[in-house]
Amino acid sequence: MTVTSGMVIIGAGECGARAAFALRENGYEGLVTLIGAEKHLPYERPPLSKDIMVCEDHPVARTIAAQEYFDEKAIQFIAETTVTHIDRRAKQLAFADGQSLPYEKLLLATGAIPRTLPLAAESRHCAYLRSFDDALTIRARFRPGARIVIVGGGFIGLELAASARKRGAEVTVLETQARVLMRGVPEEIAETIAARHRQEGVQLRCGIGISAIRDSGASATIGLANGETIHADLVIIGIGAVPVTALAEAAGLETGNGIFVNEYLQTSDPDIFAAGDCCIFPLALYGGRRVRLEAWRNAQEQGTLAARNMLGFAEPHLSVPWFWSDQYELGLQVAGLPDEGTLTIRRDLGDGAFILFHLAADGRLVAASGIGPGNAVARDIRLAEMLIARSACPAATQLAAPDVKLKSLLAA
Amino acid sequence: MSDWIEACAADDIDEEDVIRFDHEGRTFAIYRSPDDEFFATDGLCTHEHIHLADGLVMDDIIECPKHNGRFSYKTGQAKGAPVCVNLKTYPIRVEAGKVLIQLGQ
Ligand SMILES: Cc1cc2nc3c(=O)[nH]c(=O)nc-3n(C[C@H](O)[C@H](O)[C@H](O)COP(=O)(O)OP(=O)(O)OC[C@H]3O[C@@H](n4cnc5c(N)ncnc54)[C@H](O)[C@@H]3O)c2cc1C
Ligand code: FES
Repeated sequence: MTVTSGMVIIGAGECGARAAFALRENGYEGLVTLIGAEKHLPYERPPLSKDIMVCEDHPVARTIAAQEYFDEKAIQFIAETTVTHIDRRAKQLAFADGQSLPYEKLLLATGAIPRTLPLAAESRHCAYLRSFDDALTIRARFRPGARIVIVGGGFIGLELAASARKRGAEVTVLETQARVLMRGVPEEIAETIAARHRQEGVQLRCGIGISAIRDSGASATIGLANGETIHADLVIIGIGAVPVTALAEAAGLETGNGIFVNEYLQTSDPDIFAAGDCCIFPLALYGGRRVRLEAWRNAQEQGTLAARNMLGFAEPHLSVPWFWSDQYELGLQVAGLPDEGTLTIRRDLGDGAFILFHLAADGRLVAASGIGPGNAVARDIRLAEMLIARSACPAATQLAAPDVKLKSLLAA
Repeated sequence: MSDWIEACAADDIDEEDVIRFDHEGRTFAIYRSPDDEFFATDGLCTHEHIHLADGLVMDDIIECPKHNGRFSYKTGQAKGAPVCVNLKTYPIRVEAGKVLIQLGQ
């Protein structure tokens, strides 16, 4: 008896869903199975801390595609199912109920989950945000006058702070580091964002540790390292995310801070690929430096590329990292990794919008980060991204001058 | 049949660029291609409602400033994730240096 195997994707988030569609777009006609632990159709996570928190109507998850579209593309989507075991020798998966599923090629798109704070383990008033269901729980508690304490001044914490203020809650953000957004954002930009939060009445407290979280009835009391206590109706823990690697690890694949893949997104087993938030990969742009990104466009690009490479295209991942964040009316965008730069050049675009260009010692433009109202920085960040992809060495004087069009530098 | 409306002067738009045009509560994007032709589409991205005129024009593509969704501004066709719904396009013509657009109902 022959069992037909096909392409199997574990994890039905942004990355897994894009990969499933990309298999079809690239002409694959065999079986495609997409397995996800959540009960929803694959949906977009970025709105969870933004629109979903503030929209007037009853929030709905923004799905990546409707069920009919999965049907039309003959993608078998299996919801609410956690894969518990990969048998690499037999090339098949095992499920909790004893069933199994063979694969020809496998993609791990298991994403990341919030890092937990041990101090919060006993409290019923602490929440984390990763899924749509988490978002509904948090949203229900963003009421006018509610005391919301956010532990961690990263993107999710700050986006939630902005959303909670819009809903009229009182917000305190506690950050152990000396400033917010320590990872991935230069100080000048973090300062612009911090100032905006303070202006909205957010209590932003940096350089402060927590020693205890205790529940007392309907609220929690947070003990700070300096002896002070603060009270909260809801504590949201936003101290980063960790990649979901246990399944890969148990299967004997190489893992660390993520599932290790090569530039083709292939793991240490050539029939198994990994992509999106769960993988750590070499970034060709920076000489093969290994990074793990938690960014939406990366999840899409890697999902698409992994699908092509599962079909044998053997194309390396070459993209420039890129992400955005929205807080109040401010839009932030970063292309490349700013920590690759040694020299920073500032360009002011008017209306308070500005871009920082990050240059390496050899003059290459390696990253650009910008902030401003709405999408004021978008176009120039996109052009900068193209310059970064080409390892261009634009003159500092030209980058600093707002009247020099970046498009003209691209033509040079 | 609806009338042609004057949107802007041809010189208001650089080659391979886009501007925003608002009219009676609606918003449009007007493009000038690298080979000096003019086109018009709805002004808002079909993913989230973001003004496309803040985006980048490259050849016959307009790229949304928010999440880099891409459309052909000549046909309105959505060119892949995260956009999947096409943009509406409108007839356009240039007369005596003025750009005229036919909006329909
Ligand atoms: C609140 C929030 C806001 C964000 N905002 C932005 C933003 O503004 N800009 C930006 O660039 N990025 C943003 N991101 C990041 C972006 O959403 C992620 O990079 C993206 O979702 C990663 O996609 P993924 O498919 O790799 O992982 P995920 O989206 O995490 O999906 C992984 C899926 O796999 C499932 N899974 C895991 N293990 C198994 C298993 N064994 N069996 C079955 N299923 C399994 C999980 O349940 C999950 O559904 C945000 C993320 C969050 C949470
Ligand atoms: S709003 Fe245009 S791509 Fe998302």
